[in-house]
Amino acid sequence: MTRKISGNHRRLNRRTLLKGAAAGGTLATTEVLLGFPTVWAQNTKDVTLVHAGGSYAAIKEIGDQATKDLGFKIVMQAITDDVQLNRSLTQPNTIDINNIDSTKMPYLVGKGVLQPVPVAKYKYWDETVPLFTKGTYPNGQPVSSQGLSPLEAMFYDGKDAKKLAGKPTEWLTMIPTIYNADTLGIRPDLVGGRDKITSWKDLLDPKFKGKTALVDYAPVGVIDAAMAIEARGDFKYGDKGNMTKEEIDKTIKILIDLKKGGHFRSFWSTFDQSVNLMASGEVVIQSMWSPAVTAVRSRGIDCYFVPLKEGYRGWTVGLAPMAHLSGLKLECAYEYMNWFNSGWQGGFIAKQGYYSAVPSTAKKFLTAEEWDYWYDGKPAAVDIKDPYGALMEKKGATRDGGAIWDRMGHIACWNTVMDEDRYLTRRWNEFVSS
Amino acid sequence: MTILDSTASGLAAAAEPAAAEAADEHAINTGELASWFQITPLMIILALFFGLPMLVVLAVSFFDFDRSDIIPAFIFDNYTDLFRSEVTLRLYLSSLKFAAIVWAVTLILGFNIAYFLVFHVRSLLWQIGLFLICTVPFLTSNIIRMISWIPFLGRNGIFNQALEGAGIVNQPLEFLLFSDFAVVVAYVHLFTLFMVVPIFNSMARIDKSLLEAARDAGAGRFRVVAEIVLPLSKTGIALGSIFVVTLVMGDSFVVRTMSGGQSASVVSALQNEVAALQYPPAAASAIIMVIIVTLMVAGILRLVDVRKELAG
Repeated sequence: MTRKISGNHRRLNRRTLLKGAAAGGTLATTEVLLGFPTVWAQNTKDVTLVHAGGSYAAIKEIGDQATKDLGFKIVMQAITDDVQLNRSLTQPNTIDINNIDSTKMPYLVGKGVLQPVPVAKYKYWDETVPLFTKGTYPNGQPVSSQGLSPLEAMFYDGKDAKKLAGKPTEWLTMIPTIYNADTLGIRPDLVGGRDKITSWKDLLDPKFKGKTALVDYAPVGVIDAAMAIEARGDFKYGDKGNMTKEEIDKTIKILIDLKKGGHFRSFWSTFDQSVNLMASGEVVIQSMWSPAVTAVRSRGIDCYFVPLKEGYRGWTVGLAPMAHLSGLKLECAYEYMNWFNSGWQGGFIAKQGYYSAVPSTAKKFLTAEEWDYWYDGKPAAVDIKDPYGALMEKKGATRDGGAIWDRMGHIACWNTVMDEDRYLTRRWNEFVSS
Repeated sequence: MTILDSTASGLAAAAEPAAAEAADEHAINTGELASWFQITPLMIILALFFGLPMLVVLAVSFFDFDRSDIIPAFIFDNYTDLFRSEVTLRLYLSSLKFAAIVWAVTLILGFNIAYFLVFHVRSLLWQIGLFLICTVPFLTSNIIRMISWIPFLGRNGIFNQALEGAGIVNQPLEFLLFSDFAVVVAYVHLFTLFMVVPIFNSMARIDKSLLEAARDAGAGRFRVVAEIVLPLSKTGIALGSIFVVTLVMGDSFVVRTMSGGQSASVVSALQNEVAALQYPPAAASAIIMVIIVTLMVAGILRLVDVRKELAG
């Protein structure tokens, strides 16, 4: 009985929604012509958008704020990478806004599950950092081409979204949101000081035998290893972000020898593991993400995301609307994605150490001292708090690596999916099981 | 099939004890029908939730695949890759090694704990009380019980600090954590109860007067255990062994966490493949795994006729 009633109810809802969608479509056109935002707001209050992404990006507080600001509901779902890919491909209708990192693009492009975003629909295109719009740093220099650079992942070659263009077009694969530069995490107290580690090759230094760790995720772990192997002078890679089979073999051989010699203490696969390894002192130098470094520091243990002379490993993340969105829901999706880069989110995420694709809007949601610390690399004029208000850094501290372009301006290689990714997964399994 | 037949005839005999020989054939027929009827719900559940998914896995194991699609096909590449790779052998050897060690340790522990509970603890109240204490760790989750070993065994962990404090070692023992040792410790901690319970169950049903008779006849304590308790606990040992062996063979999480990712198991390699969207090779690997574990269970069941012992 109850089931029947709720069934009717749902049907009713869908009908009203469809009606709303039709009205929304026409009104949205007027909006573009007259510059009237949200004329159709009364229709949008029944809309719910499911935003799915990694736990570092799909944060509940952001969804709640968006729901408050926009008047329609955003449901945040934090899921792991493999679940996200699976759902995107096999149940695309369960996601509305797909918060993906650029390396998911090669899996999803041409599968008909994502839809392109016309550049004209994205309000902040002109204010977005040139990393995404032109493939350059703000000083005009082109970014590293090793790995999947932001520009390569940003554009479709046409409206049908069949292929990545690799150069600017009118069709965006996603609206870029956050990015960062990754490097090695160290325990300064256990390696002899912050300035003792200057190169990726230190990861392989025999004096840290039994005290190092790598992330157990082949596409990232192998790049960290390659940075170290190349820095040590073993050999030079053609492209660390797209190794040949031979290069993979050589890399894995070196890694297996190191492992057999007891060089690695551990391989971590979750954020918490990487934090605990470092906090407990099991490991003194390892692959790490920036919020994990912060998590160790917040326990009162010195941990440092050390800038290295060979440069950083970079990554980018964005929002892609799913192909099934249309009408009113699609308009809401555009509205939401624009809201995402309008500042609140950028300010929130800055306090986690990530950069916004539109720093000028994020700046409005940061105090001058916070901006100076996070973006300009200046010593903190006041105590620095995390997004939830907990103390993160004491007054006087400086961000590791300095200002945004001192860090993002020195990317040696971007996170990527290699052409030989199948072979890499197999060899990586051999390494981990050896 | 033999199981079904014997159950059917057993039931038939029980239902109509006074049936004349002439009616015997008829009785077996209705009895058989009744048995079939009784097991139908279980069969439906097994067919839907075990048989069907296994068939899908079997089908997918012959499929082809690319970066993000599985392509219906009938190829043997997934199996040939699996058998050609030396990793497969290494993974199985490693999983079997863990299964053997953990089986031996939990068997010794389980047998002794159960023996103590059944034959040394006289009062039923104490018996139940101590048995419940054995199950207390199960009130928390597996993951918490396992992870609590990490701060205990670590380089700067409680155990190493105690050893150093007592002057037993000068340097922290590194092999305690992120090693095969740590994996075995966690497995034993997690799985010993699975051995205790069935053995306890078998032992509890041994007639105490048998033991007294043996002692009266001059058998020593060891001989009583070897010739009476052990043979009569075979069912429990077999059931416990099935639990422990299948749990260890099917594990990926304990091995990964406690070895710090230094060791892999068959299932953890399979998980890596699933994470990389490589379903067909993962399916092939799963099928081989099911076959091997089934053979192991069949082997145990061949040694001990669990049904007969349980019925007796």
